[in-house]
Amino acid sequence: MKTFKIGGVHPPEHKLKAEDPSITLELPKQGIVFVNQHLGAPSQPIVAKGDKVKVGQLLTKNENFIAANVHSPFSGTVNKIDLVYDASGYRKEAIIIDVEGDEWLENIDRSETISREIKLSKEEIIAKVKEMGIVGLGGACFPTQVKLMIPEGKTAECLIINGVECEPYLTDDYRLMMEKGEEILIGVSILQKAIGVKKAYIGIENNKPKAIEYLAKLAKSFEGIEVVPLKVMYPQGAEKQLIYAILKKEVPSGKLPIDIGCVVSNVATSFAAYEAVQKNKPLIDRLVTVTGLHVEKVSNFKVRVGTPISMLLEAAGGVPENTGKIISGGPMMGKALLSLDTAVTKGTSALLLMNEKDSHRGEPVNCIRCAKCVEACPMGLEPYLLSALVENENFERLLDENVLDCIECGCCLYSCPSYRPLLDCLRIGKQNARQLQSKK
Amino acid sequence: MNNRLIISGAPHVHSPENVSKIMWGVVIALLPAAFVAVYFFGFDALVTICVAVASCLFFEWAIQKYMFKATPTVTDGSAVITGLLLAFNLPSNLPIWMTILGSLVAIGVAKMAFGGLGKNLFNPALVARCFLLISFPVAMTSWPKIIRPLFGEGFVAGPDALTGATPLGYLVDGIAQNVPVSTLMQSDIMPSYFGMFLGAHGGSLGEISAIAILLGGLYMLWRRIITWQIPAAFIGSAFVFAFILNAINPEIYISPLAHILTGGLMLGAIFMATDMVTSPMSPKGQLLFGLGCGVLTIIIRVWGAFPEGVSFAILIMNAFVPLIDKAFKPRVFGK
Repeated sequence: MKTFKIGGVHPPEHKLKAEDPSITLELPKQGIVFVNQHLGAPSQPIVAKGDKVKVGQLLTKNENFIAANVHSPFSGTVNKIDLVYDASGYRKEAIIIDVEGDEWLENIDRSETISREIKLSKEEIIAKVKEMGIVGLGGACFPTQVKLMIPEGKTAECLIINGVECEPYLTDDYRLMMEKGEEILIGVSILQKAIGVKKAYIGIENNKPKAIEYLAKLAKSFEGIEVVPLKVMYPQGAEKQLIYAILKKEVPSGKLPIDIGCVVSNVATSFAAYEAVQKNKPLIDRLVTVTGLHVEKVSNFKVRVGTPISMLLEAAGGVPENTGKIISGGPMMGKALLSLDTAVTKGTSALLLMNEKDSHRGEPVNCIRCAKCVEACPMGLEPYLLSALVENENFERLLDENVLDCIECGCCLYSCPSYRPLLDCLRIGKQNARQLQSKK
Repeated sequence: MNNRLIISGAPHVHSPENVSKIMWGVVIALLPAAFVAVYFFGFDALVTICVAVASCLFFEWAIQKYMFKATPTVTDGSAVITGLLLAFNLPSNLPIWMTILGSLVAIGVAKMAFGGLGKNLFNPALVARCFLLISFPVAMTSWPKIIRPLFGEGFVAGPDALTGATPLGYLVDGIAQNVPVSTLMQSDIMPSYFGMFLGAHGGSLGEISAIAILLGGLYMLWRRIITWQIPAAFIGSAFVFAFILNAINPEIYISPLAHILTGGLMLGAIFMATDMVTSPMSPKGQLLFGLGCGVLTIIIRVWGAFPEGVSFAILIMNAFVPLIDKAFKPRVFGK
């Protein structure tokens, strides 16, 4: 079975209740829509307090190329534009909408009929993806149209679709594959057309045999789409590791997948592209896994972007008394929430509740040079050395030791028996090394 | 509610491994050899082991508490390992005060003076053993004979000769006096290869039984506490080197099997050279480190002033670890 070669860890999978169908959640009374839900240049709101909005109406503007529109997931009145805590614990600009009814823009096709024929041209697809605010739903929220515009002098040879879901606990991509398989494959065809490639691979880890079987069966009626089963190994969903697992090709240090002819996207992004191109629907809803070992009703909820997370937690049976930590995302790369007064964004894949006992990090002790971090690092770095260099503020040498190749997957800290804050140090190191590099 | 939320950076899960589990795993791996020592050397061995462990724990606790002014971490098991390994490297009849002094050197000088757990360059137990060997050469080389045989193996001395040479010491001394190896091997005090494997011969209390040490080694491999590279390269290179010498002249160079099964080679290769703190990190570096240990051991045994070379070989190679780590870096993805 294929997987990547260097490093990696295999934490307990805990894919709880993965076979239960997703549940569509009712609309909230008030929605919180963050103005910036993408990686790139910041946007400005184009609505003001008191404005009436409809579902699908554009809420933000941005003159830059690396940017993504945000559309209203609700109909109602803009209550205010205010600063709200986001998942990273910073207060960010958000449009607060008092929800009234559920009135959609008329040009959005809300029917469930599957539209298979792709009528738009390559350029039109890219324009539509940009217009509809599609971002990478694998976690980074990078504007998708940027990936689809192949830079001058480079050619795309194949499309790689991430259906790996290597983070423990998360099942939203799995549910989407099982429930919207055909739409995902049409979305993949759309992305293939946009970048002009014949071949697309969908990588799925073999802890999801039903999804592998189902998509492989559907893929037979699609041109050039191949489902590739992969051995379970974290971080296989990281693009460099995924490309290696499927093609045995390495993206050179400091380069992008396109430099070796690959474009990587995700199953949920493909589905969003399908809805945007075939249904004229902006990215305004998604699946969110609400999970945890002690959570009463572990489920995947289909919710509008902007739904307060308190609603999701309530739908999952409430926050149990012994909860210590609530994580937005998976346990390996997710962010511990500072405040529950925040809302679902395009990038919210899961809410993971950890009980009090599992919420604390171990007390760090001296490094015993066991080399487990070196063994675990999927980028071939030496985390013990890098963190020591950060502690000594030797940023010059950090650059030489390839600190900027770190993908922040967390394998080092996961495997450190001394509970050294390796990843925390590496993040500080990357920041300083980048500053040093830009000065040069 | 919000006040109760715990905030920390990712990852939010951790492998079940921690330092204490690793250290206590090594302690478990050392137990078979300890049992064998008590079987062959009796109560003396038990006393030496207990004194070494207790004094190592005490010195670590006292230094952390009163000199470092830190919370003592003696429960992590690392001082227990040092104590056990030190005892394993001593004759079971060593005066108790020397054992205590050795513990002070191991913990105080070789470990704590460098900053404690994980910071020491040299294996603490070996530093202490060499200190004792140089300071008290007679006491450190008066090896007690075994008190009972096992499976009919082992030469049990009468009450008139309580101490004697180890098989390795006997061979090396004999060769120095130009006695042919074949004559030496036939002597009463030389155990059979099976006897060497069981440990039915004199020596430092924990080094005698290859089988007990191998058992511990397999356990550590299974627990992924050690990797195969260092023991394989150490034993393999010593074997090949000794094999070549033996092929050149079997009457002045002892057989490779005798080299492997006598003295401290097995103990050194499996428990001392594999110490995470004082060995290289990369698999290739570990191979080179093991190779160096094996070759140096044979060189010291054959041409050196001491009959045994394992401790010195490992300590010398310990000094090269930073260089080896610098030379053998993992390959960076995409480079």
